[in-house]
Amino acid sequence: MQIKKMIVKSQSILKWVSMQNRPEIELKLTSDPMYLCGARELVGCIARRIGFDDMECSKISLAVDEALCNIIRHGYNKAFNKPIWIGITPIKPTSEYIGGIEITIEDEAKQVDPKVMKGRNLEDIKPGGLGVHIISEVMDEVRYEKRDPVGMRLVMIKRATRTEESPRLSGQQSLCIKSHSHSTSHTSS
Amino acid sequence: MANQQSSSFIEIERPEQGVVVLAPSADVDMSRSPELRTVIRQEMDSTVHKLVVDLEEVHYMDSSGLATLVEAMRNAGKSDTKLVICNMHPKVRAIFEIARLDSFFSIVDSRDEAISL
Repeated sequence: MQIKKMIVKSQSILKWVSMQNRPEIELKLTSDPMYLCGARELVGCIARRIGFDDMECSKISLAVDEALCNIIRHGYNKAFNKPIWIGITPIKPTSEYIGGIEITIEDEAKQVDPKVMKGRNLEDIKPGGLGVHIISEVMDEVRYEKRDPVGMRLVMIKRATRTEESPRLSGQQSLCIKSHSHSTSHTSS
Repeated sequence: MANQQSSSFIEIERPEQGVVVLAPSADVDMSRSPELRTVIRQEMDSTVHKLVVDLEEVHYMDSSGLATLVEAMRNAGKSDTKLVICNMHPKVRAIFEIARLDSFFSIVDSRDEAISL
């Protein structure tokens, strides 16, 4: 009886731990380009709520769009009925950052060595091959991993730092932020 | 009198002889760039000496849209056609800058400027 209770308790602890590691927002979509706009809207909306300015939200949405396009085009070879999962977790503020966003994109596509996921030389102007470069340019951290048992996982992080002039408007606390890697600033209430 | 027609999301106008203006009316992403590519190819014939792409209604473009325009620019070079982009929104321009393609294209502020260039 005691052992049974311990098993149940450890199972609920495991479930709790597993829940803690899950993104706070999860979206599953099929690999149809028609749904790219929905994914962009969702990510942009959450990023805006976290405190990124319009330009940064647009760039974060672009990074997600590029990642999804790469999966559809290269991972799934333009098969439009394969699964893709997007996970979004806001990053809590620290003394250095006012917050940020972590976005995880997973698929069941063919696995590739994460080391080969590099942007091409931009001096060579030609159509295509810009997605990986855009993602690494926009996001602060980018990590490609093989997913167990199949597919790939892309983890992207973007942080926002507080600027020196954090004004207060109409008695409400306002956020004046800039992204970690760029100097754009914005005020919102 | 400008000759005007449209595909499902691209307005096509011929304001003067040899000049074609293409104006996509929505964001250009992977789902729409093939249509833009097709229309550009159709319009870039030997009678056209200038192709203007008016991006006033385009608030978002991804790398598939960029790739379409890079391909168009290359083909324009081969056929002695001038390709000019106008009315670009700051968010779209940012994508050109990230890809370091902003200096590759002729980009002007207005359609009139693009036509008279």
